[in-house]
Amino acid sequence: MNTFELLGQGLIAAMQVQNLIYALIGVTLGTAVGVLPGIGPALTVALLLPVTYNLDPAGSLIMFAGIYYGGMYGGSTTSILLNTPGESASIVTALEGNKMARQGRGGPALATAAIGSFVAGLIATLGLAFIAPFVVKFALSFGPADYFALMILAFITVSAAFGDSPLRGLTALFIGLGLGIIGIDQQTGQTRLAFGVLDLLDGIEVTTLAVALFAIGETIKTATDPDQIKAEVMAIKGSVWMTLEDWKRSWASWLRGTFIGFPIGAMPAGGADIASFLSYSAEKSFAKKPEEFGHGAIEGVAGPEAANNASAAGTLVPLLTLGLPTTATAAIMLAGFQQFGLQPGPLLFANNAGLVWSLIASLLIANFMLLVLNLPLIGLWVKLLTIPKPWLYAGILVFATLGTLGANGAMSMGFGSVRISFELVLLLAFGVLGYLLRRFGYPIAPVVVGLILGPMAEQQLRRALSISQGDPAVLFHSPISLVLYAVAIIAVGLPMIMRWRGKGAVLGQLASDED
Amino acid sequence: MNKLLLAALVSGALSMPALAADYTILAPAAPGGGWDQTARTMQEAFTAEGISGNVQVTNVPGAGGTIGLAQFANQDAGNPNALIVGGYVMVGAILTNMSPVTLADVTPIARLTGEAVAIVVPAASDIQTLDDLVAKLKENTGAVSWAGGSAGGVDHITAGLIAKTVGVDPTQVNYIAYSGGGEALAAILGNQVTVGISGISEFSSQIAAGELRLLAVSSEERVPGVDGPTLKEAGVDLAVQNWRMVAAAPGISAEQKAAITADIKALATSATWQTALETKGWVDTYLDGEAFDTQLAADIAATETILKDIGLVQ
Repeated sequence: MNTFELLGQGLIAAMQVQNLIYALIGVTLGTAVGVLPGIGPALTVALLLPVTYNLDPAGSLIMFAGIYYGGMYGGSTTSILLNTPGESASIVTALEGNKMARQGRGGPALATAAIGSFVAGLIATLGLAFIAPFVVKFALSFGPADYFALMILAFITVSAAFGDSPLRGLTALFIGLGLGIIGIDQQTGQTRLAFGVLDLLDGIEVTTLAVALFAIGETIKTATDPDQIKAEVMAIKGSVWMTLEDWKRSWASWLRGTFIGFPIGAMPAGGADIASFLSYSAEKSFAKKPEEFGHGAIEGVAGPEAANNASAAGTLVPLLTLGLPTTATAAIMLAGFQQFGLQPGPLLFANNAGLVWSLIASLLIANFMLLVLNLPLIGLWVKLLTIPKPWLYAGILVFATLGTLGANGAMSMGFGSVRISFELVLLLAFGVLGYLLRRFGYPIAPVVVGLILGPMAEQQLRRALSISQGDPAVLFHSPISLVLYAVAIIAVGLPMIMRWRGKGAVLGQLASDED
Repeated sequence: MNKLLLAALVSGALSMPALAADYTILAPAAPGGGWDQTARTMQEAFTAEGISGNVQVTNVPGAGGTIGLAQFANQDAGNPNALIVGGYVMVGAILTNMSPVTLADVTPIARLTGEAVAIVVPAASDIQTLDDLVAKLKENTGAVSWAGGSAGGVDHITAGLIAKTVGVDPTQVNYIAYSGGGEALAAILGNQVTVGISGISEFSSQIAAGELRLLAVSSEERVPGVDGPTLKEAGVDLAVQNWRMVAAAPGISAEQKAAITADIKALATSATWQTALETKGWVDTYLDGEAFDTQLAADIAATETILKDIGLVQ
């Protein structure tokens, strides 16, 4: 049987009414959990795993697929509407998406995220079906030196978007890099900068920092500025739906995001966050109106959201072809597969072809269900923005606090008998940091980028040097790393040349974005 | 499904007088890992077998389990219903992190499962046997890069012990730590490193597919269903086993400890648990009482010695 016949059979199996209902339950749960603060997709799948024991294999795979895609999408809603990214992959979405929402364009922002996720999910799932073996070969050829080159590319392209004051951008980046050093060093197991605080052993949680800087920092800024509180919020300006121009500006971004997200998600040490960063910088350099970035450019939502979802499908490539779970969610799904005697690995496609194809078909169905569920909800979501500002910000504070407690509620600090949560103390401290950064005109995003990419870059560099026994030439040995460095040089060099040729006015404008 | 539910209710009701406790189990790791799966499988078996009526699992991830351990020792002291899952990795983590809370601060109850560590090379490697690997180690120790799980964990310890046993300086072992067996597997398959070392379950499907060559397993006995010699058979006089255990809170009475031990024993011998072991590929290494205490003390002492030899612990 060829691939199409197998996929067709899978689709027929997945299209049964009963399975469609499982898909709907899955995406609903996944989206709900993605929207709720503090519960990530990994924990949801872990909690729901026992429920699926009672379903037949096909039914439970379909539910998994729904929860997985739903969870990846759900986070973008809160990012766009409330500026509280629930997971590291939707941080970038908050940058442009929340700006759009505040200009009354929350509807189009949510729509481009939903449709972009659908398009990316569709293409990436088909990619999973047809080219997984080739993608995995490419992904495995990435050594530590190549990953390091990828991080350098991400650093450079993201910092090129830092704004008119490179000094302020770099200052913010280095705050993030500094925070990234805290915790146990992976290569030696030694503790760095934890000062004996147990909660710091595992480092600073990215979402705590992001929520604090974005949401808490902004709440404080708004509270200290009476003009901002009085300013009218336009909940809806124009149509809730995407205009023709929005469509024109989005479609190419969806495709670019997909092609960036899928391979990076397939890499064992890649991940949706890196994919979304790279997609954001790519969109900025391809944009016809780069001056809109930082003020609500729809491309900046469309691209990263597509990259995020494509990367989720990419994660399944090493899982299904190698039995290699590269995220916590994938690890739990692996445990779920084992319940049905399904042993993911190189022999999976040969031994369990039927189940694999029904999983892939389920992903397609789940992806479609996600769109069906979310498009009608957009009108409802944007109503949130009509809430008066003091109430809205109070709500955001509660939401951010609950999310932080939900993710890590340990009451690990205390004065006498009064116990308090260390994570919450961190949240508030970083919130004040976020306020100060805003107050003095420093960009926020580089801090988060530094915290995410810094430790990854460090680990990969040290692995590369350790394997080569200290010879730095290893960093430039492979063609992959050379290509990545070349792209990085072009990314830096091209704007300089353009500026030199008199197009500087546009770039100067682009530079003035804040957070 | 309804029948199952009914059966569970009935058996729960019947055994009601014998119910010792509504246990809470702390998994000191993120959802998805081995400790989390152990805790959730225990939860399932406890309720299905009617040993405990209501069981809650909480996750406190981080730092090789030491964060969860510290929280458990502080907040659950004297609570006869609180359990924590742990394992060999925790022993190493306590030492390398200089954790203020150790296994001496909780009440270890029993060892539940075990797993052999496997030493593998990519199929394309010129290393055919463990002897070839030993020869390379003796020729230039640093040129052999080992990919495995976290620094100071059982994979790292085993690599150090192998070096020490064959008479090579363990401080020279070039160990590359990955965040888990999965990421290490990618590096091995991608020919980024010389040799891979991690739990046999991480590698078994790749070995079966011929993508990886198994040089040896670390256990005393051969692993059923896996075609490869033990370290001892391959000429390295060493046996190491990764294991998972369950412990109770500090400060409980001898009677309470005995009651918990009885419950855990009932759990470990139950049909639900045995079936779960089989589907997950875990090996039953149940050990309790004084025998376990002796074994634990021996493992901790051996681990401390080798971590000092490797240079991770001063």
